[in-house]
Amino acid sequence: MKETSVVDVRDAVVLLGSFPALAEATLTIGRGELVVVQGANGAGKTTLLRLCAGLLPLARGTAHVMGHDVSSDRAAVRASVGFLGHANGLYLDLTAGENLSFWGDVVGASRPEVTSAAQRMGLNERLLSTQVGRLSAGQKRRTALAVLAVRRATLWLLDEPHAGLDAAGRDEIDALLRDAVGAGATVVVASHELERSASLATRRIEIVGGRIIESGGRK
Amino acid sequence: MSASRVVGVARAVASKDLRIEWRSRVMTNQVLPFAAIVMVLFAFALDNDGILQRVAPGLVWMATLFTSLVVVQRSFAVESADSAIDALRLAGVPSHGVYLGKVAALVAQLVVFEAVLAMLALILYRVNVDLHGAVLLVTTCVLGSVGIAALAAVYGGLSVAGRGRETLLPLLLLPAVAPVLIGATRATESAFGSDGARTVEGWPWVGLLAVFGAIFLFGGTLGFGPLTDE
Repeated sequence: MKETSVVDVRDAVVLLGSFPALAEATLTIGRGELVVVQGANGAGKTTLLRLCAGLLPLARGTAHVMGHDVSSDRAAVRASVGFLGHANGLYLDLTAGENLSFWGDVVGASRPEVTSAAQRMGLNERLLSTQVGRLSAGQKRRTALAVLAVRRATLWLLDEPHAGLDAAGRDEIDALLRDAVGAGATVVVASHELERSASLATRRIEIVGGRIIESGGRK
Repeated sequence: MSASRVVGVARAVASKDLRIEWRSRVMTNQVLPFAAIVMVLFAFALDNDGILQRVAPGLVWMATLFTSLVVVQRSFAVESADSAIDALRLAGVPSHGVYLGKVAALVAQLVVFEAVLAMLALILYRVNVDLHGAVLLVTTCVLGSVGIAALAAVYGGLSVAGRGRETLLPLLLLPAVAPVLIGATRATESAFGSDGARTVEGWPWVGLLAVFGAIFLFGGTLGFGPLTDE
């Protein structure tokens, strides 16, 4: 295992059926970056995130995440990566606090770690004692991000994290992502919202037809 | 992967499942009445004390199987509602622990249902059980539940990702649990003294249930992760 960068994808080809969702994509992401991946629907944003999360097999090329080979060591990749897709992965009948405690138990996080994650994501006592099914979309998203923090994920892969949120909720998520980067995480966000990503990202990349095109320099 | 980690995950998953069921009251308000209605309908359909006493063990276990379908579907619906099971998979949580936790929670629920169904059999079908029969009945219920839950958790996990999961689960599960149904029914016949059966005749069937339970549990522990992985 060698770790030179957090994500190192070279000439990656990922097939969905016979369709090349990623076509010789090459990308390197360093520690502590907040990268926004832009592109039209179907351009390959989600495929790139799912590849980095160890969820899709490579047809050609190489991909290393946190130093682990995505092709041969998917379990190790998954353990260090937090992937948040369109669903939040929460138990709707449990309270936000019970969801966090559950994740703390399954990953072996201590009570102070769980409390700290909740505080970082702005989950107060009232929210923690509310059933997730009764939370707003933004509050659910914050709870899901707190779960990533409890899991001690060092690479966060977020697919359209602003979807379904109002302006205040979106700003809140942006602030939380910046905080996460400040706390040592590397964050990759797939988004098709140009304006928002410009203010959020330390670097922007664009995917067109499964190929990665660097569009914005590092800030 | 350490055994203590697997046990910790299993404990967390089981207590989470039971907490969700306790809070939602779906089991007590919907599934238990469903099981009771099935038993009452059997009594109406057969409407003869002699026949009912003879077939009571089979009716109890058929009702248990029908109920288990609802319980298992509910157990995995909770996981799929917001893709929580995917999150567990993606997080690299040991699948053995998840599986064993699901099985433990299912066993706990099934044992409660079987206790209620057995009580209903005693009342509605006028079945008599002595102390030795009660010990045999309790052992049969626990081991039968382990066998059913061990298989159901695998098929529940498999069907959760498939289309038409409501119909897929019965198709997969019911034929596979036939050995458990046969063993548990025979042991329960001995516990109930149906057709003059003696309690001592039920213990070999209990031994068979233990073997089935161990095999299904071992196979499920090995197979749950690869079978339910994407």
